Amino acid sequence: MFGHTQLTAIDWMIMLLYFVFVLGIGFALKRYMKTSKDFFQAGRALPAWICGLAFMSANLGAQEVIGMGASGAKYGIATSHFYWIGAIPAMIFVGIFMMPFYYGSKARSVPEFLRLRFDEKTRALNACSFAVMTVFSSGISMYAMARLIQTLHIFDGLFVTLGLPLGWIFHFSMLLSAVIVLGYIFLGGLTSAIYNEVLQFALIIAGFLPLVLIGLHNVGGVSGLRAALPTAYMHSWRGMEHASTNPLGVDAFGLAMGLGFVLSFGYWCTDFLVIQTAMATDTQENARRVPLIAAIPKMFFPFLVILPGLLAIAATTPRNVTTETMVNGTIVRETRVVSKAEAEGHGLVPAKTDPLTGKIVLDASGKPELDYDLAIPSMLLHYFPSGLLGLGLTALLASFMSGMAGNVTAFNTVWTYDLYQSYIRKGASDQHYLKMGRWATVGGILLSMATAYAASGFNNIMDTLQLVFSFVNAPLFATFLLGMFWKRTTGNGAFTGLIAGTTAAMVHHGLTLPIEAHPGIHGGWIAVLHTYPSDMAQNFWTAIWAFSANFVVAIVVSLFGKPKPESELVGLVHSLTPRAKATEHIWWKRPEALAVVLLVTVVVLNLIFR
Amino acid sequence: MNLDLRIPMGLMFMLVGAILSVYGWATRGSVLYLRADNLDVNLYWGLALLIFGAGTFLLGRRGERKARLEPQKAPTPGEHRRGH
Repeated sequence: MFGHTQLTAIDWMIMLLYFVFVLGIGFALKRYMKTSKDFFQAGRALPAWICGLAFMSANLGAQEVIGMGASGAKYGIATSHFYWIGAIPAMIFVGIFMMPFYYGSKARSVPEFLRLRFDEKTRALNACSFAVMTVFSSGISMYAMARLIQTLHIFDGLFVTLGLPLGWIFHFSMLLSAVIVLGYIFLGGLTSAIYNEVLQFALIIAGFLPLVLIGLHNVGGVSGLRAALPTAYMHSWRGMEHASTNPLGVDAFGLAMGLGFVLSFGYWCTDFLVIQTAMATDTQENARRVPLIAAIPKMFFPFLVILPGLLAIAATTPRNVTTETMVNGTIVRETRVVSKAEAEGHGLVPAKTDPLTGKIVLDASGKPELDYDLAIPSMLLHYFPSGLLGLGLTALLASFMSGMAGNVTAFNTVWTYDLYQSYIRKGASDQHYLKMGRWATVGGILLSMATAYAASGFNNIMDTLQLVFSFVNAPLFATFLLGMFWKRTTGNGAFTGLIAGTTAAMVHHGLTLPIEAHPGIHGGWIAVLHTYPSDMAQNFWTAIWAFSANFVVAIVVSLFGKPKPESELVGLVHSLTPRAKATEHIWWKRPEALAVVLLVTVVVLNLIFR
Repeated sequence: MNLDLRIPMGLMFMLVGAILSVYGWATRGSVLYLRADNLDVNLYWGLALLIFGAGTFLLGRRGERKARLEPQKAPTPGEHRRGH
C-alpha cells in the first residue's frame, strides 16, 4: 500500500495542539454544566451562527469527507446532487416549516415530539431504533478512522520509535478517538460537542482548501482539469433523462423523488443528530435560522470535498522519479518510490489491494479495481509537505470525531430523556439525570467501540448495519410530514405506517438487485423480480417505496381511528398553530428572505454545472 | 453561555498559523516543496491562518466586552424566549 508516512515534529505539534484545544474547551465549559438542561440542550442559549455551523458539521463524518471525495472520483460533478438536490432544499424546508413545531412544542428531543404529537408507542419505537443507530454509526466512524490510520501508516513512525508493536496501532487509534470524544462530551455536554463541531468545521476548511488549491494549480487550473477529464465528469445533469445514459444509473425522477425528497428530507428534517443543534439556540426564530445558516457553507462544500476526488483522477499517475534541484549551490536529488498500488491506479487514486494477500484486486475484465475511498487521503500524502500534512491529517481526524460526537450526544439525550426517564426511572432529581447523561456518554462510547471491533471481525457487518438503517430511516419523513401538516393523523396510523414503511423497504430490497451484483446483501434475497442499473438507483427506489407505503398506510389507518382533540395539538400541527409574529421587522433579516436567496443560489449552481 | 467560542478558536488558529509560517519561512524554497509545485505553501497558508485566527480572536474579544457592558436585554414583547 502506501510507504511510511513520514510525520515530522511540526506535524505532531499541530495535531497535539488541536487535541489540547478540543479538551480545553470541554474543561472550560465544565463549570457551566449545572442542570440536565445545560448538559443535554446546551441551556438553549447558544447563538444561531454557532448552532448553524454545528448543524452542518454534525453530518461531516467519515461518510461525508471520504465518501464524497470517493464519489467525486468515481462519478464526477454529478455527486453534487447530494448537495444541490439533496441537502439544501431539505435544510430550507426544516428551517422554514418544521422548526417552529420542534422548538415550539418544548419537546427536548425528536422522539419526545412524537410522543406529544402521537402517542407513547410511536415514541418508544423511534427512540429505541434511533438509540441503536447512533451507537452503531459512531462505531462505524471509529472503525473507519482506525482503519484509515492503519492504511496510511500515520502512527507507524511513532510506534517504531517507541518500540511498540505495529499491531497495536488499530487499538491505539480507537482508544485515542474514544478518549478525546468522551472527554469533551463528558465535561461539557452538548455545548462542548457543538463548540467542537464548529472548531472541526473550521479545521476541515483550513486543511482541505489548500489541497484543492494545490491540486488545481498542479493540473493547470479549471481549464486543465476540464481537459484531463472525460466531459461527463464535469456535468451533473447530462444524460439524466434516462438511467442508462449517466454514470449514476438513475433517471431524473428517481433522483428528485428518491434522493431529493425522501432520503434527504428524511435525514435533515427528522434526524435528532442534526435537529439537536438547532434546538440549542435561544429563540424560535433563531432555531429557524440554524438550518438556513448551515445551508450556506453546505452549498459550497462540493468544491471542498468532491473537487479533490476529480483532481485525484485528473492528476498524473505517480511513477518513480528522481528530481534534481539546486539548493544553495548544491545539487539535491530526491527520488520518490511509488508503491505498486499507486502505480496501478488512475491518477492519484490507487488500485485496491487485498488486505490479506496484499495483491492488487482485478475486476471482471482483468483491469485493476480502484480504491476510490483513498482518493482524498492519497491526495493529502501526495501534495502536502510536512507542516501542511499535519494540518491536513488533523482535519481528517477532526471530521471523524465530529461525526462520532454528534451521534454520542444524540444518544445520551435520547437514552436519558426518552428511555431512562420515561420507562426505567421516572421522577428522579435533575442532578440524577445529569449524572445519568454523563454515564450514558461513557456507555455510548463503549458500545461504539464494541461495534467497531465487531466490524473489524466480520467483513459484512458495516454494510449490513447501513442497510438496516436505511430500512428504518427511509419511511420516517412520511410520519413527520403527516403529523405536522394533517391534524387527522392518529398515533395508531403513525405507528402502523412506520412498520409498513420499513417492511416495504425490506421487501423491495429483497426483490430487486443492482446489475452485476450477486443476490445477498445487495438485494434479491427473496427473488429477483427487477434489476437496477446501479446500487444507487436501487437505494433511491427502496426509499420511494418505503415512503409511499408509510404515507398510504398511515392515512388509511388514521381515517378509521379517532384523532386527538384539536386542543391537544396546538403548537404541534401547522393548521392549529397560530403563526408566530415575526420578531424581526426588517424584511431581509427574516428567515424567509434567507431561504429565497439560498434557493436562487442553488438553482444557479445547478445551471452552471448542468 | 459565558464562553465565547471565537476566543479559543482564534487562539488555536493563530498558533497553528504561527507554527506553519515560521516553519515555512525557515524552509522556503527547499526541496520539501517539490511535491507542492514548488510553492511555499506552508508560509502562505500559515500567514492566511494567522490572519484568520487573529480576526476571529479580536471579534470574540469585542463580543465579550460588549456582553459585559450591556447586561442581557429583556425580551421584547411578543417574543417567545422559551427555555428561560
